[in-house]
Amino acid sequence: MTLQTDYIGKPTNRVDGPAKVLGTAKYAAEFNVPNLLYGYVVSSPITKGNITKIDAAPVLALPGVHRVFSHENVPSLAWFDRSYKDDVAPGGSPFRPLHSAEIKFSQQPVALVVADTFELARYAASILHIEYEEEAHETELAKHLDEAYQPGKGKTGYQPPKSRGNFGRGWAQGVAHMEGQYSHHAQHHNPMEMFASTVEWLGDKKLNVYDKTQGAFNSQQYIMKVFGLSKEQARVVSKYTGGGFGSGLRPQYQLFMAVLAALELERSVRVSLTRQQMFSFGHRPETLQHVALAAAADGSLTGINHVAVAETSQFEDFTENVVGWSGTLYDCKNVQLDYRLAKLDVFTPLDMRAPGAATGSIGLEIAMDEMAYAAGLDPLEFRIRNYSDFDQAQNLPYSSKNLRACYREGAAKFGWERRDPRPGSMRDGNLLVGWGMGGGIWDAQKQPAQAQASLDADGHLTVSSGSNDIGTGTYTIMTQIAAESLGLPLEAVTFVLGDTELPEAPVQGGSWTAASIGTAVQEACAALGEELLKQAQKMDHAAFKGVKIDDVQFANGQMRLRTDLTQAVVLRDLVQASGQPKIEAKNAKLPGLIDMVKPPKYSMHAHNAVFAEVKVDPDLGTVHVTRVVNAVAAGRIVNPKTARSQVLGSVVWGISMALMEESVMDHRFGRFMNHNYAEYHIPVNADIHDIDVIFVHEEDAEVNPLGIKGLGEVGLLGVAAAVCNAIYHATGKRVRDLPVTIDKLL
Amino acid sequence: MNSFTFTQAPAVAAAVQDNLAHEDAAYIGGGTNLLDLMKENVARPTHLIGLKKTGLAAIESLPDGGLRLGALATNADTAWHPDVEKRYPLLSQAVLAGASPQLRNMATDGGNLMQRTRCYYFYDLATPCNKREPGSGCSAIGGYNRIHAILGTSESCIATHPSDMCVALAALAATVRVSGPHGERTIAFGDFHRLPGDAPERDNTLEPGELITGLDLPAKGFEKNYSYLKLRDRTSYAFALVSVAAALELDGDTIKDARLALGGVAHKPWRDPAAEALLIGQPATADTFRRAAAQVLEGAQGYGHNTFKIELARRAIVRALKQATEMTQRTDDNAFLNSNP
Repeated sequence: MTLQTDYIGKPTNRVDGPAKVLGTAKYAAEFNVPNLLYGYVVSSPITKGNITKIDAAPVLALPGVHRVFSHENVPSLAWFDRSYKDDVAPGGSPFRPLHSAEIKFSQQPVALVVADTFELARYAASILHIEYEEEAHETELAKHLDEAYQPGKGKTGYQPPKSRGNFGRGWAQGVAHMEGQYSHHAQHHNPMEMFASTVEWLGDKKLNVYDKTQGAFNSQQYIMKVFGLSKEQARVVSKYTGGGFGSGLRPQYQLFMAVLAALELERSVRVSLTRQQMFSFGHRPETLQHVALAAAADGSLTGINHVAVAETSQFEDFTENVVGWSGTLYDCKNVQLDYRLAKLDVFTPLDMRAPGAATGSIGLEIAMDEMAYAAGLDPLEFRIRNYSDFDQAQNLPYSSKNLRACYREGAAKFGWERRDPRPGSMRDGNLLVGWGMGGGIWDAQKQPAQAQASLDADGHLTVSSGSNDIGTGTYTIMTQIAAESLGLPLEAVTFVLGDTELPEAPVQGGSWTAASIGTAVQEACAALGEELLKQAQKMDHAAFKGVKIDDVQFANGQMRLRTDLTQAVVLRDLVQASGQPKIEAKNAKLPGLIDMVKPPKYSMHAHNAVFAEVKVDPDLGTVHVTRVVNAVAAGRIVNPKTARSQVLGSVVWGISMALMEESVMDHRFGRFMNHNYAEYHIPVNADIHDIDVIFVHEEDAEVNPLGIKGLGEVGLLGVAAAVCNAIYHATGKRVRDLPVTIDKLL
Repeated sequence: MNSFTFTQAPAVAAAVQDNLAHEDAAYIGGGTNLLDLMKENVARPTHLIGLKKTGLAAIESLPDGGLRLGALATNADTAWHPDVEKRYPLLSQAVLAGASPQLRNMATDGGNLMQRTRCYYFYDLATPCNKREPGSGCSAIGGYNRIHAILGTSESCIATHPSDMCVALAALAATVRVSGPHGERTIAFGDFHRLPGDAPERDNTLEPGELITGLDLPAKGFEKNYSYLKLRDRTSYAFALVSVAAALELDGDTIKDARLALGGVAHKPWRDPAAEALLIGQPATADTFRRAAAQVLEGAQGYGHNTFKIELARRAIVRALKQATEMTQRTDDNAFLNSNP
């Protein structure tokens, strides 16, 4: 019998699907440990000022209320900012919950009420009397553009944008020009699962922390440093995450609160946030952009100028790459880029799906459409004429780049050649039809990660790495990679993640998990393969004498000689013969500093091209996105099924950015007012119609041995711009302030 | 949310008695709005009176040819009831334009009338709101008021009534049946909800302890020429920016009778008899519709973010009347979506 053991590149159902459907997949707030207390966070109604009084006595008098934590009674914790800095922290001084009487942003957590039940804690929190002294706050970005400054490198991975050439000369050389201001407002991640931490007290300051996070190790490091705990005292578990989108990259304040309460009360404590409180921390920052483009008579870009100003908090410099992409995506000698921040009385913004690029691609890709019209060229043809075959920003060749195929295959599938370029020229009955396009570029990144592979005497392979699956399909693709590496059926493989007792892994973000953990899994399996070969050789298996690892292959549940496939040994038998319960191996140690600073030889990126159709009611201003084709070049696609879901989600997200999403702040209160799912609009099923996802062929031996570039983010790029460009094509109205709601088209 | 006691009332009279016996009691039907209000501390009743056992869920024909909707009939059962679908399709469509299937399965017809505004400030205790805390001020005026009223506003409140169902009930001239400490009475639909005036904390004209027991629909259902047009920020699960219930009785091209009510524009479902009078006896043409729309919006006032609603309402009225005339009634503009260019 031949087993199927080749899985990479084949559509595969989610291995964690049954657990999710059956409800056995447990999320952070679902661990009902014994003797659990419940904490409820009290949020500040003011945006700036000081707490002058907290009268906790009436609350403490309620039977069943255990403690009210506030700055008045929090014990002395870590002193220095560095203890509060997590792996993803930007430069500055991280917010410390319950640290002082000072209020720095609206909905700042000011107290935690801990009680026997959630309901009691919530009620007690509602009657906790707190007095404030209010000060004037500043939350309006547009009023602080003059004070905007260029941030330093602060955040890991952030590089200030690099200009090149001479934009002024490029502008003068152009025969066609455009200039535009683009903006979007703050947006909140709003994963379905609210942030929660269940901290199980095991005695002697030993904690099991069930945390909603995109990085168990990041949460662990944070609580170790802040509360002075050892690694053994601070186990963090995060097996399932009900959506992340970046919101779980940094430890959220409920983790601090739950750990604090558990340590102080020496009890198990759970703290979960409300939907309203999900608007109390990081968000995609409001950003104002200015783009100017110039093109020569042949349509080649002679100058690109992209400037962005984004909000940040008073205490940290949140930075993201908004404008840098504009120096890479298209071929142009003269590029002038500038990125600045303005400090406001808000919580520090936070990476949100395709951070920076989602924002920058709105400016650049709408501008490219405007430029195409100014130059009298089809928007697709205009992009092709400015195709970048060499990364001018990094001065490096691309490791691979098949954006041309995205353009070609996407346009063919969409029927782009039937487009009449004149705005308002296409109709469906009374409705205006518009076709627009956009696209983008995202880093193909890989982080150091560790994994372990272990084969037991039943022939079951368990592979582990302390990464996370935020719904992207990590469980599934790691199972595929491991199964194929050791030639086992999927059913014989279990991938384990989300636990700081597992091999160390970076936060789940940046679209790097498939490449990083996938490589670690492949390496761990390869190391295990070597152990299995050694075992075969110990057994005096004549065929494997003197054989090297490259001389064998793993398939069909066996290890066999490449030169003679009939010479095979069943993996299970190797473990049984070893006399050990299992044979295991890890991948090599994390790379040292020397490996990390090696200059890159290639520019490594994923790309996409998006084609969108809208239908607009000319009288009522209603817009429906009736078709989207998203063609993606992202190296090897491990699982086309979960990969497609990633891109489908990205398209929905992009439509949402274009038409709906906006955290609306009333600047008089410095407060987001639509802080719930009813008023913070994201699309419903009825808003979403045909979506086609194309993965173009792209082989890349340089990014990593698996050839994976990552998919979590690239699919979002250009979607919002494509929709806006389609609206222009339909109506002749160029809306540059997102979202494009009814009122902007009347 | 505060602690509260709960009793399941066995009958209407017992429910009313129970209400009188408690200081801060509230009736609860499906709870789809009340529980939200309680979780956000906007409503803090100390006692809830369940109505599920009061026998008010029936939908039955009346001797005069009308239809009675029990107050505890769910929105879903109402919208899909054969008599409602056949004789009052405007009502059916309006109900289905609201909320989501899950909510409509829980929400009751009586509760639909009692739901409170979705004004952001009403729901956020950190901001002043006259409706929540009389005398504290209206934050929507001068604030973010995109979803707020353009008609019948006052200096103390510019909130809207969020219901879709009630817009159709206003157009159809339903009657609200009420039971209270002083017995039973009926309230014409147009008199049920209030304008804010200087008492925006009062949404309606119910007296303390009074309970809605049913809604009576008159025999005339405008089952042929009708349209409920709802314009909103997404295709489902969003409150109306502007909605229009239009119902016509036509004699050839001439309008014999007309009803016109708007949602999302005022503190109550906004029915305009003067606009209806401009339609009656006139040819069913765009000009006629535009005149009616102008009448409805005469005196409309924008507050900044919501000023677009004036023009949007004007266009929506014309469109809804056109759809009613042409019998191309649909709840939104979504019917085209399966066609190709």
